[in-house]
Amino acid sequence: MNWHTLLFYLFALMSCGFAIAVVVSANVVRMAFFLIVSLASTAGLFFLAGAHFVGAMQIMIYVGGTLVLLIFGVMLTAHAAFVSMATKSSDWVLAAVFGGALLGLLALTAFSVEDWRTARGDQAAVTSSEGEFASSIGQALMGMRVDRLAEDDSQLEAGMSGYLLPFEIIAIHLLVVLIGAAYLARTKRRVRSATEGVL
Amino acid sequence: MSFLTEPVGVSHFLLVGAVMFVCGVVCMATKRNGLGVLMGIELVLNGANINFVAFGSKYLRSESLGLDGQLIALFVIVLAAAEAAVALAIALNFYNNHATIDVDRADELKG
Repeated sequence: MNWHTLLFYLFALMSCGFAIAVVVSANVVRMAFFLIVSLASTAGLFFLAGAHFVGAMQIMIYVGGTLVLLIFGVMLTAHAAFVSMATKSSDWVLAAVFGGALLGLLALTAFSVEDWRTARGDQAAVTSSEGEFASSIGQALMGMRVDRLAEDDSQLEAGMSGYLLPFEIIAIHLLVVLIGAAYLARTKRRVRSATEGVL
Repeated sequence: MSFLTEPVGVSHFLLVGAVMFVCGVVCMATKRNGLGVLMGIELVLNGANINFVAFGSKYLRSESLGLDGQLIALFVIVLAAAEAAVALAIALNFYNNHATIDVDRADELKG
């Protein structure tokens, strides 16, 4: 019994199945719940791929942060007319044809490379000590690549530098975005009630 | 049931990512609720993230992207959080001003 493969198929079925459920469901509250299960199962796939830190961040930021935000959005706009909105069946046909074609193309591409199709032969020999830990990820964000101290190929040496600049850019970006979101979403009730009084 | 005992490769992860990506695209295209469109975007970004993590995994390929795949996946997660915050603010503003969340009725800028 190969537990890695078995768990992979379990999490893959859950993430794909609930993703399809998000598409099929017309009720926005149910869609939000299905999305939570789908993204949490994706975190399981990340753990199975050896990306423990990314899996933990997936649960903490995505499931714990982004989706809670989305659910707040659902609750704030939960008017009876908007909870369940049906899509026209002609739209469904068009989307199914287009989505099926895209999925077929992507699946063909995914299985077209021989090296990708088969797992590495010495998979059992790869211990978790060879896997990456959060400290090496943190040091890479600070500009030090402890996982790649030496590079023979001079062309690849540029890739050895860390991610300090993207990290700084994304930090400022996040700050600006949160200020902008708070500015956009602020209440304007006083202004609106004044105009309503005039009208 | 031989596929249950064989170890999985990168392709299997890519297939899961492809299914989530296509679900997200279809979700974006068909949902009339603005928040449904946002959920489609989350699915698309997540499908891309699966690919990054799979290519960065040492368990699946001996010549992997290594830490780069995981770092890019982290950046994508943070960008998705930022995008959700702004998009939700826009959606709430739209709801406050037009008393609807139907994206088909968001055509005020249409020429």
